[in-house]
Amino acid sequence: MRAWLYLVAAAVAGAVITTPALLVLVFAGGSVDDALFAALSTLMLVSALAVVVMRDIIRCGLAMIVAFLALAGIYVIAGAPLVAAAQVIVYIGAISVLILFAIMLTQSKAGPARLVFQTQAAPAAVAAIVLAVLITLGVATTDWGEAGRRARLATDALARVLFDQYVLPFEVVSVLLLAAVIGGVFIAKRERGPD
Amino acid sequence: MGLADSLDAYLILAGGLFAIGTFGFLARRNAISMLMSIELMLNAVNLAIVAFGSFIPDLRADGSVIALMVMAVAAAEATAGLAIVIAIYRNRKTPLVDEYDAMRR
Repeated sequence: MRAWLYLVAAAVAGAVITTPALLVLVFAGGSVDDALFAALSTLMLVSALAVVVMRDIIRCGLAMIVAFLALAGIYVIAGAPLVAAAQVIVYIGAISVLILFAIMLTQSKAGPARLVFQTQAAPAAVAAIVLAVLITLGVATTDWGEAGRRARLATDALARVLFDQYVLPFEVVSVLLLAAVIGGVFIAKRERGPD
Repeated sequence: MGLADSLDAYLILAGGLFAIGTFGFLARRNAISMLMSIELMLNAVNLAIVAFGSFIPDLRADGSVIALMVMAVAAAEATAGLAIVIAIYRNRKTPLVDEYDAMRR
């Protein structure tokens, strides 16, 4: 009985994600890239909404992984395959696991909290919608004069720039990561009591 | 001109993701949920950077390099932030930020 409900939910989710792709592909006459972009961006926005509104925080973490994966697909469409690979390795492989561990360490035995939102949730929603509208207006009214064609970035060109022009920021970032690791261990270390 | 070939589509998508992250950061009570919302906002900014790098020829490689650096900084932020949350949880036994009122009493 429960399994059928899950199947129905999965079918509805699949329909929600594939519908914009089919609309773009069939009615708007877009290419396969356009259809993939529509499907992945729908998946990303829906799972990001699930991250911020769902009640069970473990499910929020899993929805966040889905959002990161869809974003990696969008990076591939945008022509940055190395960034997509780094997205999968860093965000899905490292940060999501870290967050899931932190969730499991801090979840109280009473289960998910009854109130997931602060009292100012409604003004926050209004502010977020206003922000989205403002960004959309700003993007739509700006003329990106130099914007050319979408192009795929070759990995050796990226490596040349990274290790030639940006080699100092690269090293600074490695020092920053070391400092963050040491700081994280020091902060989260269990304090020895005076006894 | 298709959807995947317009810079505006990527930027509006990034704006939408950023707005969702903003809502989560302002509205959730759980500290880890707030950190997850911050990750969403960082990802939105990264998407905008990659889109600019993909569409503007002068920024082609720089966009990806900057996006990789943002990812590294985000990893450092997640490490330090989650360590702080766990340290506070050890003292206060709750992950809910509206019960952290030691400086308000």
